[in-house]
Amino acid sequence: MVPELGHFALILALCIALVQSILPLVGAARGNDAWMALARPAAQAQCLFIAVAFGCLTYAFVSNDFSVKYVAEHSNTQLPVAYRVAGVWGGHEGSLLLWTQMLGLWMFAVSIFSRSLPQEMVSRVLSVMGMVAVGFLLFMLIASNPFERLLPAALDGRDLNPLLQDPGMVFHPPMLYMGYVGFSVAFAFSMAALIDGRLDASWARWSRPWTTVAWSVLTLGIALGSGWAYYVLGWGGWWFWDPVENASFMPWLVGTALVHSLAVTEKRGAFRSWTVFLAILAFSLSLLGTFLVRSGVLTSVHAFATDPKRGIFILAFLAVVVGSSLTLFAWRASKVGLGGRFALVSRESMLLTNNALLLVAAGAVLLGTLYPLALDAFGLGKISVGPPYFEAVFVPLMAPALFLMGIAPLARWKQASLPELAVRLRWALAVSFVAAIVVPLAMGHWSTMVGFSMLLAAWIAATSVVNLKAQLAHVPKGRIGARLAQLPRSYYGMLLAHLGVAVFIAGVALVKGYEAETDVRMEVGDTAHLHGYTFRFTAINAVKGPNYTAERGTIEVTRGTESVVTLNPEKRLYIVQNMPMTEAAIDAGFTRHLYVALGDSITPTTWVVRIYHKPFIGWIWGGCLLMGIGGLLAAFDRRYRARARAGSAQLAGAAGLNASAAG
Amino acid sequence: MLRARFLIPLAVFAAFIGILAVGLTLDPREVPSPLINKPAPAFNLPQLAQPDKTISQQDMLGRVWLLNVWASWCVSCREEHSTILELARSGVVPVLGLNYKDERADGLAWLARLGNPYQISAYDRDGRIGIDYGVYGVPETYVIDKAGVIRYKRIGAVTPEVVRDKILPLVKALNGNA
Amino acid sequence: MKPRHKRFVLIGVGIAGLALSASLVLSAFQKNLVFFFTPSQVAANEAPVGKSFRVGGLVEKGSLKRDADGLTVHFVVTDTAKSIPVVYRGILPDLFREGKGVVTQGKVGPDGLFRAEEVLAKHDENYMPPAAQDALNQATAKTAAQSVVLPPKGK
Repeated sequence: MVPELGHFALILALCIALVQSILPLVGAARGNDAWMALARPAAQAQCLFIAVAFGCLTYAFVSNDFSVKYVAEHSNTQLPVAYRVAGVWGGHEGSLLLWTQMLGLWMFAVSIFSRSLPQEMVSRVLSVMGMVAVGFLLFMLIASNPFERLLPAALDGRDLNPLLQDPGMVFHPPMLYMGYVGFSVAFAFSMAALIDGRLDASWARWSRPWTTVAWSVLTLGIALGSGWAYYVLGWGGWWFWDPVENASFMPWLVGTALVHSLAVTEKRGAFRSWTVFLAILAFSLSLLGTFLVRSGVLTSVHAFATDPKRGIFILAFLAVVVGSSLTLFAWRASKVGLGGRFALVSRESMLLTNNALLLVAAGAVLLGTLYPLALDAFGLGKISVGPPYFEAVFVPLMAPALFLMGIAPLARWKQASLPELAVRLRWALAVSFVAAIVVPLAMGHWSTMVGFSMLLAAWIAATSVVNLKAQLAHVPKGRIGARLAQLPRSYYGMLLAHLGVAVFIAGVALVKGYEAETDVRMEVGDTAHLHGYTFRFTAINAVKGPNYTAERGTIEVTRGTESVVTLNPEKRLYIVQNMPMTEAAIDAGFTRHLYVALGDSITPTTWVVRIYHKPFIGWIWGGCLLMGIGGLLAAFDRRYRARARAGSAQLAGAAGLNASAAG
Repeated sequence: MLRARFLIPLAVFAAFIGILAVGLTLDPREVPSPLINKPAPAFNLPQLAQPDKTISQQDMLGRVWLLNVWASWCVSCREEHSTILELARSGVVPVLGLNYKDERADGLAWLARLGNPYQISAYDRDGRIGIDYGVYGVPETYVIDKAGVIRYKRIGAVTPEVVRDKILPLVKALNGNA
Repeated sequence: MKPRHKRFVLIGVGIAGLALSASLVLSAFQKNLVFFFTPSQVAANEAPVGKSFRVGGLVEKGSLKRDADGLTVHFVVTDTAKSIPVVYRGILPDLFREGKGVVTQGKVGPDGLFRAEEVLAKHDENYMPPAAQDALNQATAKTAAQSVVLPPKGK
């Protein structure tokens, strides 16, 4: 009964979505207030019904209702409850539902926090989001219904893929999807502005906080996924340039460009059509990413084609969304004009350069991800492009971008002077060079790659300090704390996010340059040595988990005479799917991780053990966390609320003027 | 000129979609199996229901028949089961089963619960015959003609569309030719 | 500089930058492409010598051997028509098993031994790496016999 209720809720949500995507839009075109006023309640009701459906599916999972096919395929009575809940988004159908749920929540948020926006704008924005929702709800109901019954019911389920049975997987997909789907708000705002024909600074100001929140959440989501891969896959790597990862990375790159381009459009009125284009692109890549990961194209191109209904629907949906938005763009954006002019050396030009670099990087990732798929689909052979390609592309593309990242926030809008910048930044440059030389030597040995990376990391950090000093100079004198408090939140957000990038780069470079690894054959009682640490394999025991059995090793780590930690890596065998899993044990410190994983067993007491010493690897995720927090800080700046109010007052005033002029 | 510049993204995207659309039309499930138009590999297996009796492909000579590879542990088999049942009940073509890498009791219980479309199921516990037939994964379905030659192979669940568009016309043609 | 000149410079710099980055991406792409070959193709000397490539197929039953150090493993990858011996030093992935699909990346030596730098078998039970599956399809087109099977669920 409950699954049917969920199914019914989805159908109702679809009906509401249809109303929401048509009437307010028509109302906005005709100036019909009643139709426009439908947008908000429709969005809220739609979100509610999707939530009901989501709740029903969750209930089916928690109550082990194996008469639902999707539950039978992704859960099991032995599965712990937390993972049963996570199982909701463990497969294709449920992921779509999660996606739609996120879209519903964003719509809900827009309907609440848009009080100060003109009615036409809100109606159009919610209308566009409603159209996206129509697409997803239709897709679910036609080709991927999570509530489909399995009759007669299965006695037990097939269990959730053990790789997904991890706390990281409980949080990673919702975060990631929230970020992905968040770009739909920026997309809807730009569509609304194109329909309206007015791409001005106020449009940029409205969509900016939404975009920044989406970007921050996506950043955190990607970081969670990377952390998950780090300790679940047991290879100690944190980024594999795997198509699944690339699918989330492409919207991030374009989203980063969008966040910065929006800033220029808001402050200077420049880059208008460019910003709109980026908003379309970011959302298109989010859609592409969702489908790439969830349609099965990646596991096998052929899996995609074997279910032509799904494949054709996906393709048609992509074609309609992206095609119509690009058509609208071609039609309307060409009339927008250029906006504020700027010189060859100016903050605008630097931001534009960085935008271009980010876009080229996203293009390179797209090429590396889709080209092998395309070749395969046409039967032209099988190729793969591994990490070497992506690294070869990213270093030369990102190095100038990072260098500019230090300068741009200090450069003047419109026209900057290079000599002046050089004078202001000479100390930062000197500090960076010192860091570039000192850090690698302090770590043990010189490496050009590390030196260069530290130069960039220190450059970003040092220029941030210079920037803060410069900003404080504008604040009236007083106690330092009081003066710091005068600067706006969005400014600190920017600084924090940029510092996050510096921390991230430092982490990546130090891990790459100085990590040590050893694979050793160890019998109980054996010791291994790595980077001054001694690892003693003291025991191996059989343990039993809720739905797996495991061999758990005990490895005591000492340094000199001092005991450091006891690590318990496991080799698990998930019973239902008969699938082995390596559960690494990690001692996470601020400056290094010790990472131990069990490999193959040679005899019951002899194992191949993999040991890593990874200096500063935690900084990689620490950097991402700083970026995410920085973004959130910026998005919740007071001025958005204050200015939004002022903006609506202005508009109301302008409307009044028009009215009086007309009258 | 200004307009043309803004049309570039649309043009690039259209090309992209075009390529994907072509890629979609290739259906790899229609695997050109090396066994097509070759005699069905010989087997002589115990029957699932009556272990003391055997069944061989030779027993079916002179008839057009379907061989359906299935197992109780296979989810897709459950998916296609109603389709196979319906096809068997229509009486157009006899359906034989090849119970693959299964426990005898599990297989029998499965048939008892879901209905038995098979005239006879051969019992291939080790999957040895499966190897001869080039079984990728369960389920798989073969159409074998009166001379014992494989004429069609389907990997994965049989859908009503496949029955309507592929299997029934083929069976009709094969019966008509003789 | 006149504004018109400035515009030219701007466009020129833009195009040059774009061309530069495009050539960078494409050359990196060209250099790092890894091709996939089947054991039959390797046997027919179609695979490059001295360059890294991928080989996929099934791990031959009973072919897995371990050196005394416990780390170096030898196994044979087959597409049921032809086989290629592989040596690899390191920890095999969780799902590496005899009789199962595998894809390895490495170079083939003059002795015909494939020195793997990477072994991929990181997928679930029901899943055969597509490349490995393809190798088998190609081989079976010649020999008409193969043994890719889905195993029964663990009891």
